[in-house]
Amino acid sequence: MEYSLDFGALLQYLGLFLEGTAVTLGLTAVASFLGVAIGIGGAAARVSSCAWCRKLVAGYVELIRNTPFIVQMFFLFFGLPAAGLRLSALQAAALAMTINLGAYAIEIIRAGLEAVPLGQNEAARSLGLRTAHAFWLIMLPQALANVYPALIGQITITMLESAVVSQIAVVDLTHVADFIQSRNFRSFETYAVITVIYLILALLMRRMLVFAGRGLFAGRAR
Amino acid sequence: MIMSLSRRLLLATCVAVAAQVSGAPFAQADELEDITKAGVIKVGIFEDFPPFSSAGTDLKPQGYDIDVINALAAALGVKAELVGITGQNRIPSLTEHKLNLLVSVGVSDERKKVVAFTAPYAPYSIDVMGPKTIEVKSAADLAGKSVAVNRGTLEDTSLTEVAPAGTDIQRFNDYNGVISAFLAGQVQLMVVGNDVGASVLAKQPDIQPESKFQLLNSPSAMAINQGEDRLLAKLDETLATMKKDGTLDGISKKWLFIPLPPEL
Repeated sequence: MEYSLDFGALLQYLGLFLEGTAVTLGLTAVASFLGVAIGIGGAAARVSSCAWCRKLVAGYVELIRNTPFIVQMFFLFFGLPAAGLRLSALQAAALAMTINLGAYAIEIIRAGLEAVPLGQNEAARSLGLRTAHAFWLIMLPQALANVYPALIGQITITMLESAVVSQIAVVDLTHVADFIQSRNFRSFETYAVITVIYLILALLMRRMLVFAGRGLFAGRAR
Repeated sequence: MIMSLSRRLLLATCVAVAAQVSGAPFAQADELEDITKAGVIKVGIFEDFPPFSSAGTDLKPQGYDIDVINALAAALGVKAELVGITGQNRIPSLTEHKLNLLVSVGVSDERKKVVAFTAPYAPYSIDVMGPKTIEVKSAADLAGKSVAVNRGTLEDTSLTEVAPAGTDIQRFNDYNGVISAFLAGQVQLMVVGNDVGASVLAKQPDIQPESKFQLLNSPSAMAINQGEDRLLAKLDETLATMKKDGTLDGISKKWLFIPLPPEL
């Protein structure tokens, strides 16, 4: 049994690979923006004085962080139609990724907030800033700077975990590979190619986010 | 000289054994007679091929094939001995005379070279299925419709071949994904074999998906050894009777939830 590698057999699928890469990146971008937004809002709620807000957010975080991502996505795609809400595969995938990243982002940002010395808040208040202003202008920027590396890590995980959306027929990078592999049976070459693509995407994304962070959190210690 | 004699003996023995082995099939000049004499017909069945043949809750084989085999055995006046086989070993098992009969065999020219086929007795098709409300009559009508299919299967390649541009083909990893997406209304149509389709019809009677058109139609036949003309004639005669008196139609409705197609 000799297996001769033939990456040339994949050339005709170049367009598909690009399409899949675009879908993976697009989903990750949407989930990252919305997920981090949820993270900020949720973290604010968790440190707020509103007791039921704290409980609600805690419940959401526990639910999402203690169930498998694929199950959450299957529930949105296969389960919700029974309740009358029909999301397309792409919508369900984007929503599932957003909800998932949101829960992790809440915990990350909350940790960042707790690491900011309380004196910062007290100083802001005594200078006449209202609670919301103190949060937005003083606490949050420092909190985000504290946990920015952890957020980048979570976003990268979300991008890599998005491979699971191929299970509900979203044509992402993994789905493209599954499809090509089912047509030409060149599984080694096909999965080798997408492994390299995922690797490059993850490294590039991390570099870009680190670079963006230098601008966003300029002048801070971290 | 002594050496030579023993060598000759050895050779003679070999020839004799070889003759016996290769001669065995010819010795059974008539398999129908052998079956009737033994009172048993040995039939190879798949053990995991619902709804044609699979283990029931009592672990006994059940399904379309089993009902047909039992009716057939009754008509021959013998007992059916069911032997579990796999797709790989079943034709050798038949030609080596370990079995008398195979069921659920797709007719092909290659197989015709090694076995003899009865008339087809069971529908087997790959269908585009959908609810009654969607109007689809041919592949051309698929444009603009969403269709679920199991990736990489014969269904997938057949559909991809005929689907016009603008067909939204959604490929899932397994039949569960295909069926779930269809039942949840995430896709309008699905492409499955009638074996899989029957299990959907069995579990979701209220949705009543119907076959819109067939992508592939290849009714199953039974296979026996070549040269057994009397057995073949007897089987064909029995199957013809079962088609005429409605036995097969009843079995089809029971296991596939469709009447026996008229072309069978």
